Amino acid sequence: MATSVSRELTGSDTGQYEKPAMVRGLTRRFGSRAVLDGLDLDIEPGQFVALLGTSGCGKSTLLRILADLDGEITGTVRVATRRAVSFQAPRLLPWKRVWRNIVLGLPGKADRARAEQALAEVGLSHRVDVWPKVLSGGEAQRAALARALVRAPDLLLLDEPFSALDALTRLKVQALVAELWQQHRCAVLLVTHDVDEALRLADRVLVLRDGRIAYDQPVEAARPRATDTPDFLAHRTELLSWLGVPAGDSATT
Amino acid sequence: MIVSGEDRRTDRPVDGRAELDNRSPIAVTEVRRSRTKSRGGIPRWLFKTFSPIGLIALWQVLSSVGVLDRATLASPAQIFDTALQMWQQGRLQDAVAVSTQRVLVGLALGLLAAVVLATLAGLFRRGEDLIDAPMQMLRTVPVIGLIPLLIIWFGIGEEPKVILIALAVTFPLYLNIYGGIRNVDANLMEAARTLGLGWFAQVRHVVLPAAMPSALVGLRYSLGSAWLALVFGETINATSGIGYEMNTAREFFQTDVIVVCLVLYAVLGLLADFIVRTLERTVLAWRPAFRGS
Repeated sequence: MATSVSRELTGSDTGQYEKPAMVRGLTRRFGSRAVLDGLDLDIEPGQFVALLGTSGCGKSTLLRILADLDGEITGTVRVATRRAVSFQAPRLLPWKRVWRNIVLGLPGKADRARAEQALAEVGLSHRVDVWPKVLSGGEAQRAALARALVRAPDLLLLDEPFSALDALTRLKVQALVAELWQQHRCAVLLVTHDVDEALRLADRVLVLRDGRIAYDQPVEAARPRATDTPDFLAHRTELLSWLGVPAGDSATT
Repeated sequence: MIVSGEDRRTDRPVDGRAELDNRSPIAVTEVRRSRTKSRGGIPRWLFKTFSPIGLIALWQVLSSVGVLDRATLASPAQIFDTALQMWQQGRLQDAVAVSTQRVLVGLALGLLAAVVLATLAGLFRRGEDLIDAPMQMLRTVPVIGLIPLLIIWFGIGEEPKVILIALAVTFPLYLNIYGGIRNVDANLMEAARTLGLGWFAQVRHVVLPAAMPSALVGLRYSLGSAWLALVFGETINATSGIGYEMNTAREFFQTDVIVVCLVLYAVLGLLADFIVRTLERTVLAWRPAFRGS
């Protein structure tokens, strides 16, 4: 099942097998500047893809286009109809109890049991009935993940979901995402500026530069991943140089 | 901390330990422990009643010794007596019923107008273009100034009073609801879209709840305006209600009746405020900041 968010292509459900995301010749201009310039991208079912790029390179723009939040584009974009987004901020509705936030927008009556199940998956069984403002940063981000996953997406779009968390919470939530992905096996596009995060989580790492995918390599290390192997460090140095950080400066990110 | 005058940089010891030993003594002060204040005896709520009761007592004393004569200001005891009499005659209840009804009808009309106009102006660009500019212009007109026109248009019956109240309610409420709708967090709207909410669902689940805090502020403010409009409306050509009682009393220098009427206005105003506060506590329970003090 796929639908088109392109202006040029009308949405059609062909019913045949398609990729969760297929992008051809995507261009997005802000004024005269083409932030995305003839970009091509395919994401395979179940694949965990990390998209790296320097600040302002257009990686969040690409994610927003895939989320159908930005339609001022040329080119062809086909994405899974069942998709979910988790943003940098949790974006929970503060006037709805946590569990109502989780199932908001699902067809039919608000299904508490389903919300409870989704919250249990992210370890928030004790937070079902509270107001979102009571949650800590990590809890709110986990709730946002539950809200995304309860939709059983074919494509999960994550827009720097860990960057607002403190270092310890970030590691825990990253581990949770890896675990959830292995259970749900949905395709994931993780937009991040953190090379270590990308290498720890993804099957495939992309670097967005000059409006296109400039770097596209698989990460083949077995999971769970150690971050101190020579392979990892070599890959890390390589990616950092793609992102404009010279080898000597890459000891600390 | 006190540092000795001698300059120790000249012969700094190589060993860190020696450095520690050589240091001049540090002056230390114990941090003051704040005592938990327990004033014992009088609880705070009781203490707070002292000054109002004192003022009333002073008033009574001044009346009793003859400093305040009855034609200037009746004594608290007389006022209480008068209120009791008016209650027994049924005048008090009648006046309150008539005035409350005027406020309620005016409030209902104003509320309806404000909600409809603000929603149209807040949600639709076209609505904003058509509605907002005239509303912003009209709101600068003092509502009380419209009384002569209202009398010419609607006579001296109930209509001008109710319409005056409705107008007084509409503007503050409109501005706050409109502002609330326009200030909805665009990020939440985006999130709602990615959750698959359609336009109506977005309005229902995101826009209206987000505008609610602001709308309730508007409601409180417009209730204040409503009472003000009532007072003005009733002092001019009323044949019943609190304002009518007040006007009649003025002709006979019955300051006791006038004060009873003022107290009624105050009580009704406080009651209205209490109702809105209770409403806020229930509707805005999600805001942890909204506990007040």
